[in-house]
Amino acid sequence: MELICPAGTPAAFREAVEAGADAVYCGFRDETNARNFPGLNFSRPELKQAIAYAKARGVQTFVALNTFMRAGDEDIWYRGAADAVAAGADALILADFGLMAHVAEHYPEQRLHVSVQASASNPDAINFLVEAFNARRVVLPRTLTIADIARIARQIRCEVEVFVFGGLCVMAEGRCSLSSYATAKSPNMNGVCSPASHVRYVAEGHDLVSKLGDYTINRFPEGEAAGYPTLCKGRFDLASTHAYAFEDPVSLDVMNEIDALTQAGVTALKIEGRQRGKAYVAEAVSTLRKALSATPQERTRLLTRLEALSEGGKTTTGAYEKRWR
Amino acid sequence: MANRLLKRLVTTHPGLFERLDDYRNRRFAFLPSDLPFGFVVDPVKPSLRVFSKSTPFAVDAAVEGPLFLLLALLEGRLDADAFFFSRELTVTGDMEAMLAMRNALDDTGIDLTRDLAVFAGPFSGAATRAMVEIRKRVLKEKPPLWN
Repeated sequence: MELICPAGTPAAFREAVEAGADAVYCGFRDETNARNFPGLNFSRPELKQAIAYAKARGVQTFVALNTFMRAGDEDIWYRGAADAVAAGADALILADFGLMAHVAEHYPEQRLHVSVQASASNPDAINFLVEAFNARRVVLPRTLTIADIARIARQIRCEVEVFVFGGLCVMAEGRCSLSSYATAKSPNMNGVCSPASHVRYVAEGHDLVSKLGDYTINRFPEGEAAGYPTLCKGRFDLASTHAYAFEDPVSLDVMNEIDALTQAGVTALKIEGRQRGKAYVAEAVSTLRKALSATPQERTRLLTRLEALSEGGKTTTGAYEKRWR
Repeated sequence: MANRLLKRLVTTHPGLFERLDDYRNRRFAFLPSDLPFGFVVDPVKPSLRVFSKSTPFAVDAAVEGPLFLLLALLEGRLDADAFFFSRELTVTGDMEAMLAMRNALDDTGIDLTRDLAVFAGPFSGAATRAMVEIRKRVLKEKPPLWN
């Protein structure tokens, strides 16, 4: 089982490698990747150095070019692909079918992974990408149960990667328009969900109020852990209650299900968090590396360490174990 | 003294503010919640100014928390998001600028015990050892968020 780890900066990249990553994923400092946050990501020379650093230690580098190309500006994404290939990336993580076609045509030897942003979540969609563009791996969305994953894995002709820890997107990724609705910017086109330019945290008495553009997303009373200001984790007026409609502010943790995921046919486990600091990367990667070879009892003890890193101070197994109510 | 400290850091880490890009001309406040004064960083000059919290100050973005957390943030030894979730850190003002600053600091590799030891002159070795020991004791109280 491979451990695929995030890096938003060269420093975080080195932490991931040292902490036991099998592969590190990262992106360029522009709109070609879905974590296009200020001060984050890699210049061309930084990526080249990072790949060399990883290769010298037997670690792979995956480069995420996982936003959708803007008509007329495709060259930004084409240059990203060319530069990542030239730098020696072990795989490109792509979402846009046009970019997949470009890479398959111009760099047929380059390993291509289907980003979670492509929202490929059934055997027909995945096998189409395998046949059309020689996709070697698919990253499945966080909307499937483990039984769903097992059913899909049996019917597809590529490897399966799933998220096991970190930020939890509960939507059909690549197709979610909530951020776009509130701010006119989205992870799909601009690489930012709830962009920081539109975020404000305001103290009102003892409450902490989070705002996204003109929308109030949440109000955290004193003593309650805070979360990111994403609409999918906002508190809404629902009938006579005031509650979370989609999901609480919470992070994903399904590391206790490693055995079930292995049996389901998963070949790689992904940690979310390119936007987090190097301390998060070091702690999450080293803990999950230990958890992979731990007994179930030891694993549970290890994983409690990660709750403090989690949004809202809580973790969930999300859709992986979702049951109909 | 504050400016000498910043100049030392900029000299030791010439890429310190490179990641700020368009946010280099913003003014940032670091406000220790356990002290009556704060620090304003002006990256474009660059300058570091100490001011009393009782006097009005104008900045674009501010982060407030216990001094040891702010120092650890400066060194990238903690994950700021985790402490933001637990509400030990608060951020006000231009969130985008502060995010850029956080990422710039996180990638820089500042080590205050090493970078500032030079101010102790002939006692730099002893000063470094003392600072490392103090940091180790403080960090022990905050597992597992330190690297």
